[in-house]
Amino acid sequence: MTPSNPSRRIEKPMRVEVDRPRCVASGQCVLVAPDVFDQDDDGIVVTLDERPDAPRHEDVREAAAICPAAAIALREE
Amino acid sequence: MADTATSAPAGLPEHPSPRAAGCPFDPPPALRSLQTDRPVSRVQIWDGSRPWLITRHEDVRTLLNDPRVSADATRDGYPHRSAAMQGSDPASQTFLTMDDPEHARLRRMVTAPFAIKKIEALRPSIQKIVDDLVDTLLAGPKPVDLVEAFALPVPSLVICELLGVPYEKHDFFQRNTRIIVRRTSTPEEVAAANAALIDYMDDLLADKLARPADDLLSVLATERVATGELTRREAARLGNLLLAAGHETTANMIALGTLALLRNPGQLALLRETEDPEVVAGAVEELLRYLNITHSGRRRVALEDIEAGGETIRAGEGIIFANDVANRDPAAFPGPDRLDLTRNARRHVAFGYGVHQCLGQPLARVELQVVYGTLYRRIPTLATAIPFDEIEFKHDGIVYGVYKLPVTW
Ligand code: HEM
Ligand code: SF4
Repeated sequence: MTPSNPSRRIEKPMRVEVDRPRCVASGQCVLVAPDVFDQDDDGIVVTLDERPDAPRHEDVREAAAICPAAAIALREE
Repeated sequence: MADTATSAPAGLPEHPSPRAAGCPFDPPPALRSLQTDRPVSRVQIWDGSRPWLITRHEDVRTLLNDPRVSADATRDGYPHRSAAMQGSDPASQTFLTMDDPEHARLRRMVTAPFAIKKIEALRPSIQKIVDDLVDTLLAGPKPVDLVEAFALPVPSLVICELLGVPYEKHDFFQRNTRIIVRRTSTPEEVAAANAALIDYMDDLLADKLARPADDLLSVLATERVATGELTRREAARLGNLLLAAGHETTANMIALGTLALLRNPGQLALLRETEDPEVVAGAVEELLRYLNITHSGRRRVALEDIEAGGETIRAGEGIIFANDVANRDPAAFPGPDRLDLTRNARRHVAFGYGVHQCLGQPLARVELQVVYGTLYRRIPTLATAIPFDEIEFKHDGIVYGVYKLPVTW
């Protein structure tokens, strides 16, 4: 929320980083945020969108929180 | 062993401890008090050893993801579930009880078919398997044992198709798998059951090498065995792990889940009346959390000294993660003992946590979604055919569930 623009909630931009060597192909992130995460042919995570827009932040945070291997890092810039 | 167990220092809780009479869905009361009073606490197990027991959701997640915590069952101090498991030969370990990098190397050889989109593509064939079994149930005599007639065949048929194992052999592998998951089996029984399964899988791999088909065993045979990356024996152990892990667990979720729903008619009605796949998917997560069938806990050993919950776990000491009571931690799930199919239960640890988190979870989820989304809609009057207090629970099983579930409609 910024005083200059009270009508709209401004979220900080988010940057998604995945650590593919750590990924254990559980698929949890794909279930929670399918337009941000996908899996390659071996089931290992790939990002579809490294800078998801604000409406998707909540799902992306949930994905990072349930990833069993802590392979998803979020940087809120 | 019985002697060492009775000479336990006074006050040291024994593990596992019994569930309360009349509360077959709830974890043992002793675990609840530990969670409140001493979330990191020593317990005494069958062989007289005293591993640590971790009971809080937060600690379970943190420590299962800690590289100082090893899953290697050949290390001294590893808290084995039974004499039979302890006696198992080091050369017969699978990646379930290995650490990275070897664990990751082997696990990645079999992750491809479990990717979300590939499993989603199997949904229609899983739906068909379930529909056909329900047709057979409805056409047959009642009462009928839901375990034999439905809960076991669903995951067995599915995993056989995925692996390329002929389903006609199910009597053989279900019998042997049951010996392995029964806590009371002798070391000799478990060794013999394992050997029979591995020999069978080894022969099957030889067949697949000669005549590859469109299944996971053929992929292992042609891409890993033929290239020398795995011996046929190693590939057989891998195939066997998937076959065993893939059906006892899901089968118990189906039967125990059905019983829990029949005892909570309001919740059952939610499932029966919904057309929304999101609601069914949420219900599956909540049932996984609530039932937590892998009740004997994740087993690990500390590689270095670790501070947790005000205690110091020393290098070489065993650790048991009580994921059953962690899933009933009020700090993670408000009103944890209520089965509430509408809550967000996604952070449960029923599939474990860390790098060993269940490989088959995408498949298990779709199987359970199809089953829970179909069975009660197609048989709306489903009911147990014997009194609740006559139902026998698998207190002695590595995986919890019911032995039989006689049902009628
Ligand atoms: C509802 C059903 C299921 C439950 C509750 C379940 C539970 C679990 C749990 C708790 C673990 C973690 C073990 C540990 O940390 O020590 C695990 C691992 C595993 N599960 Fe499942 N499972 C289920 C279904 C399946 C299916 C359908 C398959 C395969 C086809 C499968 C294959 C595996 C494998 C291979 C591992 C070892 C993973 C590793 O060590 O990296 N599971 N499962
Ligand atoms: S949740 Fe984590 S481990 Fe699972 S697929 Fe996504 S990144 Fe990989």
